Amino acid sequence: MIERRPALTVLSHLVLALGVLVVMFPVYVTFIASTQTSQQIITQVPMSLAPGSNMLETYRVALFGGETTYGSKVPPVASMLWVSFVTAMTIAIGKIAISLLSAFAFVYFRFPGRSLCFWMIFVTLMLPVEVRISPTYAVVSNLGMLNTYAGLTVPLIASATATFLFRQFFLTVPDELVEAARIDGAGPMRFFKDVLVPLSMTSVAALFVIQFIYGWNQYLWPLLVTTDESMAPVVMGIKRMISGGDAQNEWNVVMATAILAMLPPAAVVLLMQRWFVKGLVDAEK
Amino acid sequence: MAIEKRVRFRSWWLPWVLIAPQMAVILVFFFWPAGQAIYQSVLQQDAFGTSVEFVGLENFTRLYNDETYLASFKTTALFSVLVAASGLSIALLLAVMADRVVRGATVYKTLLIWPYAVAPAVAGVLWLFMFAPSVGIVSYALRAMGIEWNHLLNGNHAMTLIVMAAVWKQISYNFLFFLAGLQSIPKSLIEAAAIDGASPWHRFWTIVFPLLSPTTFFLLVINIVYAFFDTFAIVDAATQGGPGKDTAILVYKVYYDGFKALDLGGSASQSVVLMVIVIALTVVQFRYVEKKVQY
Amino acid sequence: MAAVELRSVKKNFGKVAVIHGVSTVIDKGEFVVIVGPSGCGKSTLLRMVAGLEEISEGEVVIGGRVVNGLEPKDRDIAMVFQNYALYPHMRVYDNMAYGLRIRGLSKDDIDRRVREAAKILELDALLDRKPRQLSGGQRQRVAMGRAIVRHPQVFLFDEPLSNLDAKLRVQMRLELQKLHRRLGVTSLYVTHDQVEAMTLGQRIIVMNAGRAEQIGTPAEVYHRPATTFVASFIGSPPMNLLRGRVSADGTQFRTDSGSINLRQARAARAGRELLLGLRPEALDIGGTQFAAEIEMIESLGADHLIHARLGMQSLVARTADEIKLALGASLALGFSADAEHWFDPQTTQRLEI
Repeated sequence: MIERRPALTVLSHLVLALGVLVVMFPVYVTFIASTQTSQQIITQVPMSLAPGSNMLETYRVALFGGETTYGSKVPPVASMLWVSFVTAMTIAIGKIAISLLSAFAFVYFRFPGRSLCFWMIFVTLMLPVEVRISPTYAVVSNLGMLNTYAGLTVPLIASATATFLFRQFFLTVPDELVEAARIDGAGPMRFFKDVLVPLSMTSVAALFVIQFIYGWNQYLWPLLVTTDESMAPVVMGIKRMISGGDAQNEWNVVMATAILAMLPPAAVVLLMQRWFVKGLVDAEK
Repeated sequence: MAIEKRVRFRSWWLPWVLIAPQMAVILVFFFWPAGQAIYQSVLQQDAFGTSVEFVGLENFTRLYNDETYLASFKTTALFSVLVAASGLSIALLLAVMADRVVRGATVYKTLLIWPYAVAPAVAGVLWLFMFAPSVGIVSYALRAMGIEWNHLLNGNHAMTLIVMAAVWKQISYNFLFFLAGLQSIPKSLIEAAAIDGASPWHRFWTIVFPLLSPTTFFLLVINIVYAFFDTFAIVDAATQGGPGKDTAILVYKVYYDGFKALDLGGSASQSVVLMVIVIALTVVQFRYVEKKVQY
Repeated sequence: MAAVELRSVKKNFGKVAVIHGVSTVIDKGEFVVIVGPSGCGKSTLLRMVAGLEEISEGEVVIGGRVVNGLEPKDRDIAMVFQNYALYPHMRVYDNMAYGLRIRGLSKDDIDRRVREAAKILELDALLDRKPRQLSGGQRQRVAMGRAIVRHPQVFLFDEPLSNLDAKLRVQMRLELQKLHRRLGVTSLYVTHDQVEAMTLGQRIIVMNAGRAEQIGTPAEVYHRPATTFVASFIGSPPMNLLRGRVSADGTQFRTDSGSINLRQARAARAGRELLLGLRPEALDIGGTQFAAEIEMIESLGADHLIHARLGMQSLVARTADEIKLALGASLALGFSADAEHWFDPQTTQRLEI
């Protein structure tokens, strides 16, 4: 604070409060909607802004499927949540493991073709899956990986953000630590396991948050690769629920599903906020 | 930052084993399909693959002359400009305010960054719900104000809807980076300007904003890439490219043409065009960052 | 059998020779210091002995075995680094135990050795702490502990005291001496500080630009420096080196601005262009051999340093007596014949003349 300008401070708080309001409003509406019955939503326009009384029922129907107050059948969301969870964890853990090993190789070894491989990995940074959907789909299909967890996750472990982040971190580890380990008798993998990985834990934590969210929020790819309803992640499933034109939707159930879909990643972000912020900002440098 | 490390482990086989998983995945799921896309983009084949004809750049020229493709290009350009401009300015405003307040800063921060966690698809659904012509709360409010909101019929409304959904999600990301950028500006510079007599408004535009330009540039590229690609889910959830093709951004068109209309060659060539755009953007950003890091 | 032997050890980086061939024999239990200015190659030499740097030519022999191709862990050495190189995420205990665990010693053996070293270095109370909770001096002791528990044939020290403040450095120097007396392990110690070299070393290797200019005891290096480099590197303030020509009759040393009377005339010196070396403490104030103009007086409390000028050449004299002379005054100086060091100006080598 440079000068004392109370007016400006008040203004700042106002703007921030407004910002928070705008950001939270959609979520609040969603939550309210999930506590009502779908009949209430359709007949009571505008929807009241106070919580309804139907919360438990709505969520039960959302999670486990069944009939709603409007009389239509709804598929269970619980299995979709599970698919999302497994996908997100697999992508996060898989990416981190593979990248730790790769970054280790690039930083601490010299081998022919090192530059070439490095640039190849760098190139993958530039092209998200949305750009190569048709041929990647063809490959996955040919490998018989449609409607499998493998098909959902492996093609998405291809990109290089994690490798770069770890590489950057490894370059800051003092050389002397490696030399001391060599003198102590540690071979490369021992050094990796006992020294390098423990020191990288903050980066691993940050990356875990980013990759978990990335994996959880995947939409286009699962859309292509799964036709079986049991393999649909929740983020994809929710869209299917509204494809009936806006009056016929079980809005309360849809909104409950939305809340359920938002909870795990939001929890992950909030719990690991410190590392996540640090990791995001460092990752792009 | 050292590019090379002085110390190395000696082993001729271990490094290969270590990078094998990553190389395998990117070869099979990245380079091979990317190559396929390039290959397919110069072919014309029917959906069943029974007839294949090499047509050179014909697919590309067809795209160039295709009105719907050009329209999609325009739509995407408009969309990304809107998303980037509003996303960046709102986030910048919030970041500047957040940088100023001392009390409650953490609370504001927490509340403003968590939308990063929301899936684009879910964001699309949420905003669709709020703006649904029949049951939406906001559409009701708009009608009360005399605006007949109907994004199912009105192309502009549809565009506004997806822009809002996209920006809502992206604000957190931009906010985080702007805040970090603001906090890395040495306080001494601002204090010196204050002593020189500059007002906060003046200080912002002549000192803070220029020093923030690397962050701004970086976020600009990220936001454009985001608008091009990560928003597929929002479009699919909220408008499905409609009404008509009014919100069919390029990536949506690639999907539609490839999987709904089954025009593989066309879809492949569109993919290639997208690839070129992204590569160009990334190279530009990389170069710019390199230059900045030089000093 | 010698503990360590260097046989014409050379190091090249590409085409550039960085170390030109150093040879010496180090006996069991000896404490040898390699000293020299930055960039002289002393660390490189040490690292070649450690196995962290490839040996381009020549051989390094440890305990009778040629170790040229061996990994550091197989050479039976332990090293103390300038920046301590402690594993930041491990406790002090684990830092010291790490090497032993890898070697597969039993838990009891490890525990015994670690506690033994901790006792010697007074680290008992710190075993559960992490490095970031320790002071610089404590970290250095942990680094030494890590080396001690290995019971190696040779200790290698790479400028271990450089990162400590002056007072701590003096303290640690004494600790190192006590440690060496107690453990008696062969030690190779690298430093740029000639005081450390003189106080710690039983023998000193003085290095300059990749060459060992002299290898000898501190007394030898101090009293009979082999080259002008050694002469000016060892001793503080550095030895005065005066250019001039000895007169034909050998009684005078003629500089560009005046003559210095020599106490003894030697035929071997007569008429030659030479460098005359005189240590600041060897100059007697009030002597009758020559005079210089006082430029500056630095008082260190117990001693005084007088910076003076002899024509174009400057020199320093050191005395414990109070100086009542003013700046610009003429300072009368003398010296004994024993205090003279003669060097060849072209080869910089010492001449016994």
